[in-house]
Amino acid sequence: MSRREQSPGSDTLGRALSRNLLIGIALCYLVLFLVLPLLAVFTQALAKGLVAFSTALRDVDALAAMRMTLTVAAISVPLNTLFGTAAAWLVAKYEFRGKGFLLTLIDLPFAVSPVISGLIFVLVFGARGWLGPWLGEHGYKVIFALPGMVLATTFITFPFIARELIPLMQAQGRDDEEAALSLGASGWRTFWMVTLPNVRWGMLYGILLCNARAMGEFGAVSVVSGHIRGETNTLPLHVEILYNEYNFVGAFATASLLALLALLTLGLKSLLERRHPELRGARAEPGKARLAH
Amino acid sequence: MNPLHSRSTLLLAGLCLALLTACSSRQDAASAGAAATASLLNVSYDPTRELYEQFNAAFAAHWKAQTGVEVRVRQSHAGSGKQARSVIDGLEADVVTLALAGDIDSIASNAQLLPANWQTRLPQNSSPYTSTIVFLVRRGNPKRLFDWNDLVRPGIKVITPNPKTSGGARWNYLAAWGWALHQPGGNASTAADYVGQLYRNVPVLDSGARGSTTTFVQRGIGDVLLAWENEAYLAIKESGPGSFDIVYPSVSILAEPPVALVDKVAAAHGTTDLATAYLQYLYTPEAQEIIARNYFRPRDADVTKRHAEQFGQVNTMLSIADFGGWAKAGAEHFADGGSFDRIYRAD
Repeated sequence: MSRREQSPGSDTLGRALSRNLLIGIALCYLVLFLVLPLLAVFTQALAKGLVAFSTALRDVDALAAMRMTLTVAAISVPLNTLFGTAAAWLVAKYEFRGKGFLLTLIDLPFAVSPVISGLIFVLVFGARGWLGPWLGEHGYKVIFALPGMVLATTFITFPFIARELIPLMQAQGRDDEEAALSLGASGWRTFWMVTLPNVRWGMLYGILLCNARAMGEFGAVSVVSGHIRGETNTLPLHVEILYNEYNFVGAFATASLLALLALLTLGLKSLLERRHPELRGARAEPGKARLAH
Repeated sequence: MNPLHSRSTLLLAGLCLALLTACSSRQDAASAGAAATASLLNVSYDPTRELYEQFNAAFAAHWKAQTGVEVRVRQSHAGSGKQARSVIDGLEADVVTLALAGDIDSIASNAQLLPANWQTRLPQNSSPYTSTIVFLVRRGNPKRLFDWNDLVRPGIKVITPNPKTSGGARWNYLAAWGWALHQPGGNASTAADYVGQLYRNVPVLDSGARGSTTTFVQRGIGDVLLAWENEAYLAIKESGPGSFDIVYPSVSILAEPPVALVDKVAAAHGTTDLATAYLQYLYTPEAQEIIARNYFRPRDADVTKRHAEQFGQVNTMLSIADFGGWAKAGAEHFADGGSFDRIYRAD
């Protein structure tokens, strides 16, 4: 503060100029890469009027794709919530060898291309894969059915909740839990009454991100879905199919659903951040937290 | 404190397991429900969606009238090669209706799901419909492109996908090659020269046929699109009549998209009879009419006559047999070091 008062007027002017320039560049960038595409989605979706828009969304295959997307998310998100909480707890509250390695493993899905993730599951569970023949003989269908799509989605969205909770739990330390335990609470009770309330907003935040990604995932799901109409298509896959069929209104109407989901997620996310500023801090933490090991 | 913690971890793990089993049992219930009605899975390629939507409805009505059984045909559409791969990896297709015989051959050779002689089991090489390569030009044919020789004039922009990645592009390539061979004094070297000139007029090599159609139709690039007849008609239908014209060259190539029963899958599903009847129904006049209405060339002579004005005349219709079959043509032209590589490297 005191330095700014000492600096000559021209320098302040220069700083203001460069600040405005930077803001301008950032704004242009945002408009070009975020606002315009979003606008394009909605204008294309409504290009032939509201009736065409709602007809496209009430199409049998579109409804099936919505059901499939919701089903996949309804299974993968809770799975990852459980896993993410367990992993974060382990990493934040205990010291053990190979912790850094575990953290890297948790981040793996971020680094692997989604198409490769899909292919991995085909290699393992496909009819000519490692487990596929045995599973087939016993009547279990994994690839090209719901379980395969859940597996692929779960793999892709694996890190979201864990990554959200780890820095938060680390920042909080284990003092509260130790106090609870020393007062005679059981481990389970400590978890429900102390640990969970401490991280619930971070968890919600992670669930939001995880859910948005689970519903929007394309690459991995595309490889394992088999594209059976009305059965194994999710919304993103349905969008591609409609687009390739020259059905632009249908494609963009469906895409606008996904865009709305994204906007809703964003809105809830910023609401959470405003109510709980500590989340924003926690998000900047992962690198630091990892360096500490 | 540690034992307590590990107990809760155990509980968590238990919950995970419970959720997993809940999921799988729900899956069982769903598949049990599906088994109660007769159902088929037809794994097909991209441009046949509307064709099979209409054909499936017709077949379901026919089967109901004949046997009283309700049948639901489920469809899967994607690129032909990708679909073959999925069937090999376990996509449970009762029947496959793909773009190239080679794709079904690879299902037979890699997964042994059907016998190697599958193509002899149904009439006409197991292809109930055909199509051919045509020129799609802008309205009124402003550049006056009537045959293959017009496409190599300087300044003409030709849109065709990359034959390295696109099945459709290979047909385009062979049709052009075949035309050059059929010119007076034509031989392999004049054909290579001609095709080389043709590809020098290609400004964008898309990776797939739909990509090329989008380049030409939506983005307005190029003077002529080399396309399937059915794709060309579909593009005209989608962008409004009168937006484009179709030109039939003097020489083109007949594509025979094949269909086949996937024996092992159908046997496991107990749908062999139903699936066989489904494929045979493609050859009936009713089905051939649906085929013609979806711009594929029917096999039935009467139906062909009824739609004669839709399917223009090609003087010399080559087939893949003229190039020694796909295995030979693929090795000669499209494998690494084949004629396409030599032409493209010569640039």
